[in-house]
Amino acid sequence: MQVWDACSEAIITFEKDDLDDMGYIVENDVIMSALTKQLDAVADRVEVFYGSRAVGYTWPLPSHSSDTSPWVQIELADGRRLQTKLLIGADGHNSVVRKEAEIQNIEHQYDQSAVVATLHLSEATDNNVAWQRFLPTGPIALLPWSNVNHSDFIDAAGAMFRSALSLLKPSGTAVRQLPPSVAEVDPESRAVFPLGMGHAAQYVRHRVALIGDAAHRVHPLAGQGVNLGFGDIACLAHHLSAAAFNGQDLGSLKHLLRFETERQRHNVSLIAAIDLLKRLYSTSLSPLVLLRTWGLQATNALPPIKEQIMAFASK
Amino acid sequence: MENVFSHHISGISFMTQLSLLRVTVRRLKFQLLAHRWWDEQGEYSALHSMNDIRVPFIRDTVLNMGNTYQRGSPLSGIKILDVGCGGGLLSEPLGRLGASVTGIDPLEENIRVADQHKSFDPVLAKRIQYKSSSLEEIVEESVEMFDVIVASEVVEHVADLEMFIKCCCQVLKPGGSLFVTTINKTQLSYILGIVVAEKIAGIVPEGTHDWEKFVPPEELEQLLEANGFSVKTVNGILYNPLTGSWSWIESTSINYALHAVKSGSQAETSQTEPLSEMESEQCSATAGTNV
Repeated sequence: MQVWDACSEAIITFEKDDLDDMGYIVENDVIMSALTKQLDAVADRVEVFYGSRAVGYTWPLPSHSSDTSPWVQIELADGRRLQTKLLIGADGHNSVVRKEAEIQNIEHQYDQSAVVATLHLSEATDNNVAWQRFLPTGPIALLPWSNVNHSDFIDAAGAMFRSALSLLKPSGTAVRQLPPSVAEVDPESRAVFPLGMGHAAQYVRHRVALIGDAAHRVHPLAGQGVNLGFGDIACLAHHLSAAAFNGQDLGSLKHLLRFETERQRHNVSLIAAIDLLKRLYSTSLSPLVLLRTWGLQATNALPPIKEQIMAFASK
Repeated sequence: MENVFSHHISGISFMTQLSLLRVTVRRLKFQLLAHRWWDEQGEYSALHSMNDIRVPFIRDTVLNMGNTYQRGSPLSGIKILDVGCGGGLLSEPLGRLGASVTGIDPLEENIRVADQHKSFDPVLAKRIQYKSSSLEEIVEESVEMFDVIVASEVVEHVADLEMFIKCCCQVLKPGGSLFVTTINKTQLSYILGIVVAEKIAGIVPEGTHDWEKFVPPEELEQLLEANGFSVKTVNGILYNPLTGSWSWIESTSINYALHAVKSGSQAETSQTEPLSEMESEQCSATAGTNV
């Protein structure tokens, strides 16, 4: 991975010499297909209602009164009613579960949108290097996708699709790899989505847990959004499994709070760092450019720090 | 608040008013009691968190005694008697792990709370049966019925401990397990268990315990061994009021947990499910080495 600054010659490269890859870029459809296969394999234990929508939630009262059920009641659009010991909200940054549970969300809109497209490269390459350049208007990243010379192009440089492609050609004399040239943009592959930051004040309530973007939303510049979600899932599954083995009620706050503590400790520092990086690289004010230039050069010169960063990001 | 007599004019008699009021008060008292039992941060929070010790203790001991392990249901096929079940705090997790649980308690209100709480969970409602009764009262109809008896925080309240143990022996299957958690009778347990726990920190409602009735582990062991049991494990446990959690400790000076097995036939509980092919192969392969 090679990352460099717009306003200076600062550059940082991450390379892993051993056989393990630094990371994987997997297309969303491939993930969905793998998940669907897994779900089919456990069809006796997991039921998926495709094409359905929840329209109402009834929360259990905190006191255990005799008449009302202590479980969460869900009403679906088609009129069916479900009840559950634990409701997991994985419904994205505009989470309805979070809103209905009245969990406060700290949020901040970046006045930016991301443009995503698939590019065809002009020459055959190994296509195993990710490129990212920070411009004052936002980062541009070129992510390798497949061996057929495709690359995911993410330009967070405002709504305009600039001829910023020319900026990908580095200037200066530093020893660096050259990014591949782009031959064309895949038609119909372009999409735009607004960017913002969000963090739920609580990830859990009695009988409710939030995971993924419903709990936290980050800028894509570090490519960590979905990874945070995967981390949430692994952690929640671990705590629920331990609780189940102890015969506990899965909706009980005790183990849900342990999940929340563990994930918040991990997520909050990363989310803050990403936000800081975004702000740091959004400016062309000289002192800050100097600071980040120096910081980037210094980090590039220190292998132990880079190894730590790679280890954390590859987790 | 309207004058009760004004209702007399609208046709509802005074006596009906009174009985409606009485019903409402009873319902409120019941809800309060249910809330007291089942509020995890309430009066019985120490009992709730003791499940983190007692449930794994029972589960792992039973599993280690050669029970066929069914995924997701480690206690399936096991019949458990929860003596002094209270509001059902321990019966429910045991039921969730697959056991068929019978919970008994002398106080009828407790049984009603327990019954109501399990009623919302269709799985638990079938697996657990509650009965307002003492142990002595069910001995006749339950001879050698249970694989496991749990007497948690009970023996320190019992009037005749030897009789209690004899009854446990009668309703247990040969080779069945008895699990006891209780409080030792030491100076330390007086200071911590009564003075601090009841009077100062309010960990336990005041007047719950009578230090005279606390049972030292040596005495319990002696009584058990004299009445058909073989004591396998005695281990101390300690409550940390700051974290609200229990942990295993070396010393049995305050609280302790005990596991004993009813002597009789083999130490292993008899299988109730037919063995799978793989398991019967394993059994015959090790049959020669079994003691």
